[in-house]
Amino acid sequence: MNASAPASTPPVTAAPHVESGNRGLLLFLGFVALMALAPFVGGYPVFLMKVLCFALFACAFNLLIGYVGLLSFGHAMFFGMSAYVSAHTVKVLGWNPEFGILAGAAVAAVLGLIVGLIAIRRQGIYFAMVTLALSQMVFFFCLQAPFTGGEDGIQSVPRRALFGVIDTKNDLTMFYVVLAIFVICFAIIYRTIHSPFGQVLKAIRENEPRAISLGYQVDRYKLLAFVLSATLAGVAGSTKALVFQLASLTDVTWQMSGEVVLMTLVGGMGTVFGPVVGAAVIIGMQNYLSGLGEWVLVVQGLIFVVVVLLFRRGIVGEIAARFKRGG
Amino acid sequence: MFELLGIPPQAFFGQLLLGLINGAFYALLSLGLAVIFGLLNVINFTHGAQYMMGAFGAWMLLNWVGIPFWVSLVVVPLLVGAFGVVLERVFLKHLYHLDHLYGLLLTFGLALILEGLFRQQFGSSGQPFSNPIPGGTNLGFMFLPHYRAFIVVFSLVVCLATWYMIERTKLGSYLRAATERPDLVQAFGINVPRMITLTYGFGVALAALAGVLAAPAYQVSPLMGSNLIIIVFAVVVIGGMGSIMGSILTGFGLGIVEGLTKVFYPEASSIVIFVIMVIVLMIKPAGLFGKQK
Repeated sequence: MNASAPASTPPVTAAPHVESGNRGLLLFLGFVALMALAPFVGGYPVFLMKVLCFALFACAFNLLIGYVGLLSFGHAMFFGMSAYVSAHTVKVLGWNPEFGILAGAAVAAVLGLIVGLIAIRRQGIYFAMVTLALSQMVFFFCLQAPFTGGEDGIQSVPRRALFGVIDTKNDLTMFYVVLAIFVICFAIIYRTIHSPFGQVLKAIRENEPRAISLGYQVDRYKLLAFVLSATLAGVAGSTKALVFQLASLTDVTWQMSGEVVLMTLVGGMGTVFGPVVGAAVIIGMQNYLSGLGEWVLVVQGLIFVVVVLLFRRGIVGEIAARFKRGG
Repeated sequence: MFELLGIPPQAFFGQLLLGLINGAFYALLSLGLAVIFGLLNVINFTHGAQYMMGAFGAWMLLNWVGIPFWVSLVVVPLLVGAFGVVLERVFLKHLYHLDHLYGLLLTFGLALILEGLFRQQFGSSGQPFSNPIPGGTNLGFMFLPHYRAFIVVFSLVVCLATWYMIERTKLGSYLRAATERPDLVQAFGINVPRMITLTYGFGVALAALAGVLAAPAYQVSPLMGSNLIIIVFAVVVIGGMGSIMGSILTGFGLGIVEGLTKVFYPEASSIVIFVIMVIVLMIKPAGLFGKQK
């Protein structure tokens, strides 16, 4: 209750330690195999690609909230900005998609470095407010900058051949490209979480003063995690722009930042697979409710309220907790 | 009349007045946020939606029931404040023992629900609201619309009254004490949970009051709250939430700065407050009036 004693409140991610070692790896391989087969059992490649892009976005976001305890309320700035960069480089400059995605990721990394340097000066809710405000600044920049196409965005981005060889005009081929990108980025996140670096991040999340007293330069760890998260969110945004051949203002809005928070919260903050499940649920819901107009906003708000009040661990977190109690 | 750096005085003072009006809303909203955060440790993301509800409340009462603006100015904040009390009793009170971020997430969800409902009902375009004090006075160097002058004066009075209540009355001393040590204040026999509920209602009522005031000045639109709340968050970061007077000064000051930017460099006017936030974070991370914990 007291503002001067935040350490006594439980950390934001009460989720238990899930998926350790081989079990996690097996689960992941199972998921990839399932995804790879999905188009043949009735899954629409376009829908699956959307899920994968947002799953990657949510995983990148989860790296911060789940493992460092930093709630970024402005992650759409990395997602949307990279979407513009990759769409611009591929459409106007005629780059190959791999360079478009790399350019998007690089811009997101630089933006992440700048924003991170500013935002990590505050903690907790101030961090959330600062990131939100900075992302709104990026939104206004994108609204006025000449290369973003204003309200129209950058439309009909061509799907050029990947590496000059692989034809991505076919949705099914594109789907496997996106799946490969997702697997690579997910592996990076997985490796980060389970590395000594990841352990330090968790230590900072659980007890920052203690981590400082042990001699860790906490701000550097936070900044590095922030830049990594921003870069991967950038990869997600770039990929999404190439898949849907569109980069628009929607991707930079605060609503988009809210959506990625929702996905991660629903799936389970601080769990490895939670964001993937959450992204699938939310994107599926949006698809299902797309005819209902503004009601989608209401439903999303309701999900927020229900999850915060009743299922703070999220879907994956709750399942993992059940398993632990049962076995 | 003279010219200021090549800017005609009408344009200069006109933008200054608009800046003061924006500042009045920043001050009212950041004041409410600060009061709520002080006692509840919740950043009220619903604040923007409650501001929007204030504007729509006045609009609905005028257009559906025929109740004039001046009655709404009193009634609507009370109604929306009561709605806030219900929100606190039903939702927020379950979160006080958790990390502050859950309060932010819950109120964000509530804001989405409210904004979605109003957008469903009224669409995204604005509804006009007739000016309750038409006309204005020509001061020679500028034209002063009466209603705009009223906004500035009235919100200044409300802000100062709130400051007086919190810093100079007995009730305010209880409130400040409960902000510091709720457990100890409760031990003295003061009903802290009820105080928390009423404080939330009061903060929400302030937001609704700002909404009613804004209805004739801007268009009444479901989006008006979410557009404003992010700027108000930046204002709160700049000012720090430690001091009531600090919130008021920062709100008005930033409104004026924003208005002046519209005169001298209009392209930057939408981001100038965010830029100031970055500079303040670099120099004084706790905010101008905040204390670093």
